[in-house]
Amino acid sequence: MLLFTFKRIVMALIVCVAVSALSFALMWLSGDPAIAIAGSGGRAEDAEAIRVAYGFDRPILIQYVDWAFKALGGDFGQSIYFNIPVSEIIGDRLPVSLYLGLMAFALALAIAIPLGVVAALKPNSPIDHIALMIAVLGQAIPSFWLGLMAIVVFGVWYGLVPISGIEDWRGFILPVVVLSYYAMPAMMRITRSGMIDVLNADYVRTAYAKGLPKRVVIFRHALRNAVLPLVSLSAVQLGMLLSGSIVIESVFAINGLGRLAWESLLRSDLPVVQAIILILSLVYIALTTFSDILNALLDPRIRGTE
Amino acid sequence: MQSPETSDAGLGELTPKKRPLKRLFRSSGTMIGGSVLLVMIAIAVFAPWLAPHDPFAQSLTDRFHPPFWHENSHPEHLLGTDHLGRDYLSRLIYGSRVSLTIGFGVALISGLIGIAVGVTGGYFGGRVDMVVNFLITTRLSLPIVLVALAAVAVAGASQGLLIIILSLLLWDRFAVVTRAATQSLRSREFVIGARAIGLSHGAIMLREILPNLKGAIIVVATLEIANVILLEAALSFLGLGVRPPTPSWGLMIAEGRENILFDPWLIALPGAALCLLVLVVNLLGDGLRHLGGNPLR
Repeated sequence: MLLFTFKRIVMALIVCVAVSALSFALMWLSGDPAIAIAGSGGRAEDAEAIRVAYGFDRPILIQYVDWAFKALGGDFGQSIYFNIPVSEIIGDRLPVSLYLGLMAFALALAIAIPLGVVAALKPNSPIDHIALMIAVLGQAIPSFWLGLMAIVVFGVWYGLVPISGIEDWRGFILPVVVLSYYAMPAMMRITRSGMIDVLNADYVRTAYAKGLPKRVVIFRHALRNAVLPLVSLSAVQLGMLLSGSIVIESVFAINGLGRLAWESLLRSDLPVVQAIILILSLVYIALTTFSDILNALLDPRIRGTE
Repeated sequence: MQSPETSDAGLGELTPKKRPLKRLFRSSGTMIGGSVLLVMIAIAVFAPWLAPHDPFAQSLTDRFHPPFWHENSHPEHLLGTDHLGRDYLSRLIYGSRVSLTIGFGVALISGLIGIAVGVTGGYFGGRVDMVVNFLITTRLSLPIVLVALAAVAVAGASQGLLIIILSLLLWDRFAVVTRAATQSLRSREFVIGARAIGLSHGAIMLREILPNLKGAIIVVATLEIANVILLEAALSFLGLGVRPPTPSWGLMIAEGRENILFDPWLIALPGAALCLLVLVVNLLGDGLRHLGGNPLR
């Protein structure tokens, strides 16, 4: 178990380095940053001065190491557009996105697990087909379109929720529901197929043979084993919800991290984009590493295979 | 209190009586998905003959004609006109070309990348596989929408570039599936036999292993096409995908957004087209997945 954890963490660290190098490279792929800062009307001398002032004239490897170590300490440099530290802007926007992502995640889980279990208990029953249909639709509807249509129906026609913004809690309803519907189908399907596998296992048969009530067998014996694959998937989905809300945040005019990333891209404020890509990747790596270790703790069989 | 018999009957995944019904349900999904997809492909191919108007022709006197179910609709424009007076039906028809070209193009190129990576890793194992595993993990760690947006912003957004960018980002599922499948084939007799008669590693991967992955690859490719179509729509919606005046459904939704209060059909129509296309591709993929066992589970 210790060896597995160690190997997994080493892998995660290597991936962290790769991801940080990629987000650093973005700045350079987009052309000379000094010219970008100097602006379209800037003279060559200005660009040269900026190059020296920002340290763009140093070897690229040294710049990367310098940037990476500063980023480790939470210093992502200056925003070109706002001219204030990137960390300040991100600190401002991050809580909203976290809140939105976590709420959507909780709602998705709260719907996916019961629906998946009920569908698995009676495969091919009407309930199972309805659950499957909800899932198939959820995977086909573009979330930004669903968001816009929801605004039209519930905001414009019925006036139940504000059309945009999140001044009060009602503004959160639509974004959270739309975002969770985007994450729910995969979770529901994995719960369902996990439950179907487990319900046919010998130990569930044994549990019934002992005369245990159905409720106890389903929740204590079956579900506990069926959620194992759900743990890994949930980590992936949570990571996606935190980053995938770019479209949703722009549809609902929510000033979160995703919308910041999008706006920064449109105004070529690359230090901000870099930082957001790096942060989201690191969150994802942390989540999946944690879930892998958690899975190995829960299921001893996994430790041997890796 | 429940006896094992009655509870077991409730679980009956494959009782003989239910089996044909289940097959029918699944294969009917495949049939419907496949045939509607064929119709949509035909619409895309024959767009110039099907579209009643030029999708790029603007007419300032013909702006915002509503579609036919509204009272004051225009007889010449069945589904109305947009903010520049362009015929909406024609733009919708041409929009299918963008979605399908990008969907199939990306699935093809990312498939080549992913299969090469996955089969190599699964076949050689050891250090090679560690590198492959690292590549897959790194790719999965990147926030896909954001990185795609950034890449388009940096590289530009011609349709060809868009296909290349998305292909470089979306090979992961091909790699994961072919890697796992190759691992399970590696020590089978026919592979060992091929090795014994002196075939090279490359020949074994191409001629012995690849044909066995056909089913799994087709399933992944189908689901990936749906995925790509949604991603392209999202990018175009955010203004960093297909450029105007090209009629992309995602872009049409973005353009219609300005008039969401008065003309919600401007976003409802392209969105519905998008849903239908992704739905039928997914139905086809799900059906194929169930026909050939379950490579993704």
